[in-house]
Amino acid sequence: MKKQKLILIGNGMAGVRTLEELLKLEAELYDIIVFGAEPHPNYNRIMLSPVLAGEKQVEEIVLNSREWYAENRITLHTGDPVTAIDRKARQITTASGMSASYDRLLLATGSNPFIIPVPGHDLPGVVGFRDIQDVETMLDSARQYKKAVVIGGGLLGLEAANGLKKNGMDVTVVHLMDILMERQLDKPAAALLKASLEEGGLKFLMEAQTEAILGDQRVIGVRFKDGSEIDTDLVVMAVGIRPNTALANAAGLHCERGIVVNDTLQTFDPRIYAVGECVQHRNNTYGLVAPLFEQAKVCANHLAQLGYGRYQGSVTSTKLKVTGIDLFSAGEFNEAEGDETLVLQDPAQGVYKKLVIRDNRIKGAVMYGDTMDGSWYFQLLREATDISSFRNTILFGQHDLGDAGHGEETRVGMLSDEAEICGCNGVCKGEIVNAITSQGLFTLDEVRAHTKASASCGSCTGMVEALLASTVGEGYAATPSKKAVCGCTSYSHDEVRKAISELELKSMPELFDKLDWGTPDGCPSCRPALNYYLLAAWPAEYRDDAQSRFINERAHGNIQKDGSYSVVPRMFGGLCSADDLRAIADVADKFEVPEIKVTGGQRIDLFGVKKEQLPAVWKDLSEAGFVSGHAYGKALRTVKTCVGKNWCRFGTQDSTGLGVKLEELTWGSWMPHKFKLAVSGCPRNCAEATIKDLGVVCVDSGYELHIGGNGGIKVRVTDLLCKVESEQEVLEYTAAFIQCYREEAHYLERTAPWVERVSLNYVKQRVVEDKVGRKALYERFKLSQQYAQVDPWKARAEGAETHEFTPLSIDRMRAAS
Amino acid sequence: MNEWIPVTKLEEIPRLGARKLQAGDLDIALFRTGSDEVFALRDRCPHRGGPLSQGIVHGDAVTCPLHNWKIDLQSGEVQGPDQGCVHSFAVRIEEGVVYLDVASLESAA
Repeated sequence: MKKQKLILIGNGMAGVRTLEELLKLEAELYDIIVFGAEPHPNYNRIMLSPVLAGEKQVEEIVLNSREWYAENRITLHTGDPVTAIDRKARQITTASGMSASYDRLLLATGSNPFIIPVPGHDLPGVVGFRDIQDVETMLDSARQYKKAVVIGGGLLGLEAANGLKKNGMDVTVVHLMDILMERQLDKPAAALLKASLEEGGLKFLMEAQTEAILGDQRVIGVRFKDGSEIDTDLVVMAVGIRPNTALANAAGLHCERGIVVNDTLQTFDPRIYAVGECVQHRNNTYGLVAPLFEQAKVCANHLAQLGYGRYQGSVTSTKLKVTGIDLFSAGEFNEAEGDETLVLQDPAQGVYKKLVIRDNRIKGAVMYGDTMDGSWYFQLLREATDISSFRNTILFGQHDLGDAGHGEETRVGMLSDEAEICGCNGVCKGEIVNAITSQGLFTLDEVRAHTKASASCGSCTGMVEALLASTVGEGYAATPSKKAVCGCTSYSHDEVRKAISELELKSMPELFDKLDWGTPDGCPSCRPALNYYLLAAWPAEYRDDAQSRFINERAHGNIQKDGSYSVVPRMFGGLCSADDLRAIADVADKFEVPEIKVTGGQRIDLFGVKKEQLPAVWKDLSEAGFVSGHAYGKALRTVKTCVGKNWCRFGTQDSTGLGVKLEELTWGSWMPHKFKLAVSGCPRNCAEATIKDLGVVCVDSGYELHIGGNGGIKVRVTDLLCKVESEQEVLEYTAAFIQCYREEAHYLERTAPWVERVSLNYVKQRVVEDKVGRKALYERFKLSQQYAQVDPWKARAEGAETHEFTPLSIDRMRAAS
Repeated sequence: MNEWIPVTKLEEIPRLGARKLQAGDLDIALFRTGSDEVFALRDRCPHRGGPLSQGIVHGDAVTCPLHNWKIDLQSGEVQGPDQGCVHSFAVRIEEGVVYLDVASLESAA
């Protein structure tokens, strides 16, 4: 097939990012030509401030070297701007007279700094702050002259002013409003910022309107509306940017403030796409990089002819890249009528935090001085999380939410380069920062792939995200609120689950087909999730796909580092008889089990069993009356119990008996993640029920049901769901809670984060208040259990899945032939 | 010189799955893809020695069950940003029977 021709106009971050995304999807579809007006390869424009401040060199901010273009067979023309598009002939021409034809055209012409058209605006010594050229002009001026005026007290203006100050200039910032960075800050935060910048030596002229720039050969001063004047040798105009629509306009494409595009980033000419600062989407234009990357992803998807993925606009957040100043802002930070505000103000420490709340959801945030929790608030904002259950501590930050074991560590900014961030893979802060800057990483996934940090247990994810945010500033592409299941699709977990039930998808090939999966047979991330979702939706009909299960669930044992397996027989409620113990001991002797251990969940674990031995081990255990303990699965694990009132002098109820009943009801059930239960016979809570997915604490008058706890990486204590009076109610409520979790949680999401995501109130409503709904959940759970409570060990001991446990042998084949 | 010997029937390997094949002291993993191609690699991940035959097969790759390294079935090469290579062996299928080139085992031993 002949390749199509794709031309990219604009060799900047948005355009080249689109190409990168496209190459990931379809490397062979297009011959690609790139035209850039600047003489450089693609560089990280948001890092211009550190370059100006002397904290980085130009070479350090290059994102794609010329070698990258060559390796990907992309033709690059730099320093040659495109001057015209002929849409009829599908051809472009450049300043140097070159012409080229296209099948698809991608416009990423970015924006121009807005230069206020006052007299003298075109004098030498008046610059914008937009590209490497501008930075070089500024650095050059700093070497020759003393005084600088920056017009514009916004993000860009302050970064420019800070940079010039660092280069030894005497800098005055001129701002039209009485609030600095008024698009990102409210009054108190802006006042703190101004005070801090003044301390650093910057001067400010607030509420000053520029009337003229003075000078003859070169700028010598600025005059304001009130008649006052100020001497200067350099004027930096940083009052804003305007989408660069000139080329598109001339080609007859519909433009308003920017080039108008639809949700697939197409302009009014469907062969022409546009991304980045030059576009206007749903009436918004964007000047920050995270939205541009979201656009790039969607646009690439359509260029690759995959046809799914929609861009629906972005919520943005901002950080100021001025060393020593911590500032964060997101969303609607100025309260509207009826909004509530939560404020924490500590003038002595220079800390100010404000959250704007509407209907118990964060609408906006401004933070100054302590911005550690900015990404957390931003996530709560984007996901519209109900904060009612933790709103009295929310201003103290996420580490105040029972993040045991991490607490102060989350303040990554203060850590040294040698501090270990990822305990699983032994990755320290310096390595991560280095990878982010040297490889040009922007997303959590990229950092995981390159450094392995946060790629195992994930408990350091928050710290890695904080490092990303602090290293690349607003360029950090925060994990989108709608998380795709994996790289094979753009659908989220919720969307997939909905599609399974609404479209009645009952097999994986059908699902791949109907949902346009990007890979022929999925990947190790999505297959186990989909297998679970199908199983949970159609317990009677769906045929479990062993090849889509992780090895532990396929072999019904826990794989150990040497490739052997561990075997945990189920002992309901942790109770056992002398005969049970003898049977386990006999198995251990017969198969020469190297190690036996009692588990945290009150079971006995046999270690070091060879895979080939498993069916025979299970046969003996099965004959002694044991079933699988599912210690290896995303499944109901154990019900841990304390002694209870039969023996204990404090016991209020029969906790062991209730534990046995609970385990008999729930064993064999597959879950989104592992699920643990416990029953304590009195509030002394010896069974540690308040760190379980569901814990029962017996009291004299009945039973307290606690949910959403776990030990492990991030300890979370349960929330009290309700109190009930009878054992039968305990069973019904437990089953209903489990079924709600089974039907609605994301795969690999434990109850703790699930309850935090959907809120305790929601779970109470479903399981406690809605009586009819609870009964229905209970019935659906019992139905699914009819099919789930088939002992997998017995089945395999009797010959199921033999191929899984029997290796082939060449010597045997040779002997036979 | 090739020396092809039959090792199993295609249907004995689950689709999108694997079988372990013992050749003396050498463990080999036989993989069957979604499109019924069969590949043979040494059953040992270059990272920490995980048994690749126990991993999840997807596309033309297998992911190691121990730490999720992704290995190309055709070349045995570890996929991007991780690095390494697993020894691969020649296989062919004829009338539903899978043959392995035992001559290629010598070089791995």
